[in-house]
Amino acid sequence: MEMPPLVAMVGNPNAGKSALFNALTGARQKVGNYPGVTVERHSGRLALDDGRPVELVDLPGAYSLEPSSPDERVTRDVLLGAQSGERRPDALVVVLDAANLDNHLRFAMQLIALGLPVVIALNMVDLAERDGLVLDPTVLARELGVPVVPTVAVRRRGIDTLRATLTGLVGTAAAPTAPAAPVEDIRTLQRRARALSKAATVSETPTRRWHHALDSVALHPVFGPILLVALLFVMFQAVFSWSEAPIGWIEDGFTALEAALKGMMPDGFLRSLLTDGVIAGVGAVLVFLPQILILFLFILVLEASGYMVRAAFLMDRMMAGVGLSGRAFIPLLSSFACAVPGIMATRTIEDEKDRLTTILIAPLMTCSARLPVYTIIIGAFIPARQVVPFVGLQGLVLLGLYLMGIVGAFVAALLLRRTVTKGESSGFMMEMPKYQLPRLHDVAIGLWSRAAIFLKRAGTTIALTTVVLWALLSFPQAPAGQSQVEYSVAGRIASGLEVIVRPIGFNHDIALALIPAMAAREVAVAAIGTAYAIDDTEDASGAKSLVDHLRGRWSLPTALAFLMWFVFAPQCISTIAVTRRETNGWRWPVFMLAYLFVTAYVMAGITFWLATFAGL
Amino acid sequence: MTTPISLETLPRHQAAIVDDIDWSRLATPEARRLRELGFDSGVPVQVLHRARLGAGPVACRIGRMTVALRRPVAGAIRVSIEPLAAE
Repeated sequence: MEMPPLVAMVGNPNAGKSALFNALTGARQKVGNYPGVTVERHSGRLALDDGRPVELVDLPGAYSLEPSSPDERVTRDVLLGAQSGERRPDALVVVLDAANLDNHLRFAMQLIALGLPVVIALNMVDLAERDGLVLDPTVLARELGVPVVPTVAVRRRGIDTLRATLTGLVGTAAAPTAPAAPVEDIRTLQRRARALSKAATVSETPTRRWHHALDSVALHPVFGPILLVALLFVMFQAVFSWSEAPIGWIEDGFTALEAALKGMMPDGFLRSLLTDGVIAGVGAVLVFLPQILILFLFILVLEASGYMVRAAFLMDRMMAGVGLSGRAFIPLLSSFACAVPGIMATRTIEDEKDRLTTILIAPLMTCSARLPVYTIIIGAFIPARQVVPFVGLQGLVLLGLYLMGIVGAFVAALLLRRTVTKGESSGFMMEMPKYQLPRLHDVAIGLWSRAAIFLKRAGTTIALTTVVLWALLSFPQAPAGQSQVEYSVAGRIASGLEVIVRPIGFNHDIALALIPAMAAREVAVAAIGTAYAIDDTEDASGAKSLVDHLRGRWSLPTALAFLMWFVFAPQCISTIAVTRRETNGWRWPVFMLAYLFVTAYVMAGITFWLATFAGL
Repeated sequence: MTTPISLETLPRHQAAIVDDIDWSRLATPEARRLRELGFDSGVPVQVLHRARLGAGPVACRIGRMTVALRRPVAGAIRVSIEPLAAE
């Protein structure tokens, strides 16, 4: 079977390529505002006006054909036909931001010089016009010698014309010539681009742009950092307060389900497996879905609005202090949701050492999988009282745990940059995109895909782990008068592990929970939940909540040490796997595991003993 | 106009034009990125914001773009104040 013609979308970062790609293919893709959000290969099918199918590939944003990051290298190699596993495109859609013409035209001229059939999408013309810039596409088309189509990707304007133009280009155009040698240096091209952009400008009024007003607050030397801290605090507070009601609904749902099953089935092996194993385990994790979604909602909105890059700007000085750049801020902030996309987002960091350091410290950012653990322990041991109006003690402790991870990450970066990832510090040079109102549709797609990943994890990895754990906990059956948990297979494995973790204040239950939590942190809660549910059958009441169990069995120093352990411990198989992939080998993931486990052990130990001596 | 000013010391919101760039003070990838972002002699620039904490980066306007630069890089860009705007 013959492959359909390949059409590549190319352009500068922030030209609105991804939005145009979505409009053309209808594919589901995240539309962000940060340079380099498109790091993977995104492709989709498109039917031309005459019915022929083409494959459309969205190449990573680049500034020129001289790559300075792995992303840009992919773009260049595909365009030159040098990328393995990808054929050379048959035609190009070059996407330009109309409001940034003088800069984006230079790259377009380099692309036209490649000799492939090209159509230019003059994107975001509406924003340019609102900005006081009126352009004449016919002048551009005449001077460049290629068709130019004005588009507004997010409103689907110009999409039909673009597709019609593409129909005329693909296949019917002359066979692509060999890539022309880059005849001119960047400066000459840039000057030509500026002259051309001037020629194509009908009128330009230096209007006061509303995002300048926003920037004068967001980047203000005093108010900027205050705003950033305030936003982060509101975000973490919201994670707790907005989620209360939906968590209640989910809990009620699972209780009803358990009661229904107990009513339908006779007491026995299968009922115990379903209620104590599956429902208790999956339910304990699923109740955290609202919190995870709220956290992702904030991150998606901050990213899509363009604020993230401002945060990177504010953070650059601090990052430079530990040998990183402001660029590392975006991967690190994403890691608050999950380290896996965070580590993947480091691909936009140009300097290799810089990138490696960012990968190694990314797991220290408090990811959403830790939230279930933090929430349950904080809920059980930290009183819910107001320190000052609107600031709860529980929220403060949670903030403290986040800060602990951040401080840990900075100290780790400082040490790593002086030892294993030693090298010149890299620079920070970044385009700051315009502010945009995040589109509901894009945020909803982003949230849904996050929820789907979490639900899939809850349905597979977590369900399976909790069932295995249930089995290990239920067999062999303990004789009367002995604790089932202590007597079981899992209990005996945990007894071995307990010897190691006893000095840092961990009890038998925790040792037990640490084993399955290697797969994913949130399983720790499910594991403890399952263990207590099984032990509960001897209990006459049989209806104690997990929180009551924890209060009865753990001391406060133990709970605090457990929290501290989870700040540092690298318990997530997915993170290890993505680190291996991104660093091409086992060396760095093994190093990551070792340094984080040692730190977790030491820090949990210090916390336990300090708390014990303080008489808590 | 006597003393040359760099983008690092240019007052905020003062319209200026890039005189020349001391490429020798910049690392090769930095210099290339700077060219790609459109920095070149004769181009109008303006400092919009400075991150004050420590000596943070400078946000400047070049063409219709806002670009963040670190101080040492901004220091390598010599500018002169536009005669019209300087009055």
